[in-house]
Amino acid sequence: MDYSVDNNGFYGDFGGAFIPEMMYPNIEELKHNYLNIINDDSFKKEFQTLLKDYVGRPSPLYFAKRLSEHYNTQIYLKREDLNHTGAHKINNTIGQILVAQRLKKTRIIAETGAGQHGVATATVCALMGLQCIVYMGDLDVQRQAPNVARMKMLGAEVVPVHCGNKTLKDATNEALRDWINNPVDTHYIIGSVVGPHPYPDMVTRFQSVISEEMKYQLKEKTGNENPDVIIACVGGGSNAAGAFYHYLDVNSVKLIGVEASGKGLDTGQSAATLVLGKPGILHGSRSIVMQNADGQITEPYSISAGLDYPGIGPIHSHLFKTGRAIFENVTDAEALKAANLLTRLEGIIPALETAHALAVLEKISFGRHEVIVINISGRGDKDMSTYLEHLNDE
Amino acid sequence: MNRIQQLFLQKKNNILSVYFTAGYPKLTDTGILIKTLAKSGVDMIEVGMPFSDPLADGPVIQHSSEIALLNGITMKLYFEQIFQVRSEVDLPLIFMGYLNMVIQFGPENFCAHCKDAGIDGVILPDMPVEIYKKEFRPIFEKYDLYPVFLITPQTSEERIKQLDAASKGFLYIVSSSSTTGIKHKIEHEQIEYFKRIQKIALKNPGIIGFGISNKDTFQQACAYAHGAIIGSAYIKILENSTDIEKDTQRFIEQILY
Ligand SMILES: Cc1ncc(COP(=O)(O)O)c(C=O)c1O
Repeated sequence: MDYSVDNNGFYGDFGGAFIPEMMYPNIEELKHNYLNIINDDSFKKEFQTLLKDYVGRPSPLYFAKRLSEHYNTQIYLKREDLNHTGAHKINNTIGQILVAQRLKKTRIIAETGAGQHGVATATVCALMGLQCIVYMGDLDVQRQAPNVARMKMLGAEVVPVHCGNKTLKDATNEALRDWINNPVDTHYIIGSVVGPHPYPDMVTRFQSVISEEMKYQLKEKTGNENPDVIIACVGGGSNAAGAFYHYLDVNSVKLIGVEASGKGLDTGQSAATLVLGKPGILHGSRSIVMQNADGQITEPYSISAGLDYPGIGPIHSHLFKTGRAIFENVTDAEALKAANLLTRLEGIIPALETAHALAVLEKISFGRHEVIVINISGRGDKDMSTYLEHLNDE
Repeated sequence: MNRIQQLFLQKKNNILSVYFTAGYPKLTDTGILIKTLAKSGVDMIEVGMPFSDPLADGPVIQHSSEIALLNGITMKLYFEQIFQVRSEVDLPLIFMGYLNMVIQFGPENFCAHCKDAGIDGVILPDMPVEIYKKEFRPIFEKYDLYPVFLITPQTSEERIKQLDAASKGFLYIVSSSSTTGIKHKIEHEQIEYFKRIQKIALKNPGIIGFGISNKDTFQQACAYAHGAIIGSAYIKILENSTDIEKDTQRFIEQILY
């Protein structure tokens, strides 16, 4: 089975570029150049140097002793939370800003949900001295105030989006519209493995550093570069795609993606796309999408702004359909509980998104000697107000 | 004969096409607006089926789509509303929407419904021409539905020819690199672009759309193409109207006379 993208940007049935003609030249330019750019030696050198000296890579692979004892298995945490700006998102924005520079773009736009991708984009724009505009749903502007402040301090213009549900989906629409209106000087740094081809492939490649490091780190720690299981949360799916990438063809490694089921799958307040969705087109690619019978996109819900998305990257729809990966889903309450457990056992406060991946340990039991890697996609600083609000839940 | 083809056989210039959103301002206004526009002297109507995530649209059409969906417009109602007025008007009617709705409806079912309702053409801004040729062309042809593709100032000459070859009835010349919206004048560089398109030997007549808002911009566009399309400026009139029939007539009169 082939899990890589084909020449037209498809992973099996999913992917492609379903874009208005107004966006065609931008996407063509990127499509024709991205592989040449990222395979070029000068690019590789600059990318790797920045990942090392600026982001702080490699991110540690940490054996979580007390968590392992609790679940009676062997749990390793891939510490993307220790990256500069606090999440895996910066791996992608560093890569894309270097692409944008080589395409001679002077204006950078991005969408953001939780604000992590917005912060990571504002950061690389400050680093390179480029203009930065971040679209953010008005609801998210209100619920992620600390990240809004960070983006502003970094010099980005944060544009609140008032259409639709005022969250990530709507911010993505506005960013795409901005790109239509500014086709020449602007690069759109998309924040996950979504959007028209070549974005899903390009973002996957930039995030694949996660599994590249896992291989040699595991070898060093366990003597075997392959774990038994890799678990990652899935919003659009970029941290999961990065954590799975170098293991896609190693069938003995079980891949588990975790979606947010919000208040529960049948409550109408959920973001578990693969359970509730069907094939359709959103934000320029064909994937599995939450929608009604008429094809109107359904408003998703999750306590975690980064998982509050009605679509999923086409690579994951393909992994789901082929059975290469399995997908679980976790409610708000289960995620909160998992976040508290990790914090108390290991002294690591995870992002709410990441907490969904951790909660799978309650649902599936693993063998005593099985090696489980959980991708800790981000840290919980941005979620402190939500955590405090729910401190006394039970 | 397809009514779009018929129109362009009879009329070669100053063709006025108007866009509005079905189910807006009120759910039941669709038929009234079609009849009023036809009576006012409009040559062709694009009836928008609202989509939750209209990527190619600016704030005015986004807003009308949101209201129409809240009003309760559905694909089924859309086709019923058009079917009901079809016997009273004979100008071409065009479905405008986004590809996901067509896919969920089922492409063949969609084309059959268009045919039954008396729709002549389809504009789906996010349907790539390559996908159309591979997956949809035979069905469109079976039901004599005309696909209309868009070109923009950034479209290469080679691609313009491809899009023209796949289009039937007319080619949609997007006036500037932008989403839909109201502009009050046509810039010099847009004129240069219209002139460039005029020089290309096209199979189809060209109609200019996006940003055409009043008599001036309509006439200017018509000097370089077979006609023009007005959308957002008309939606704006409907947004503020207490008498949509009278205001529609007045708006169209101001453009034509
Ligand atoms: C910490 C963290 N993890 C995960 C995600 C979800 O994104 P993705 O599925 O692309 O990894 C986000 C998005 O904001 C995030 O901030």
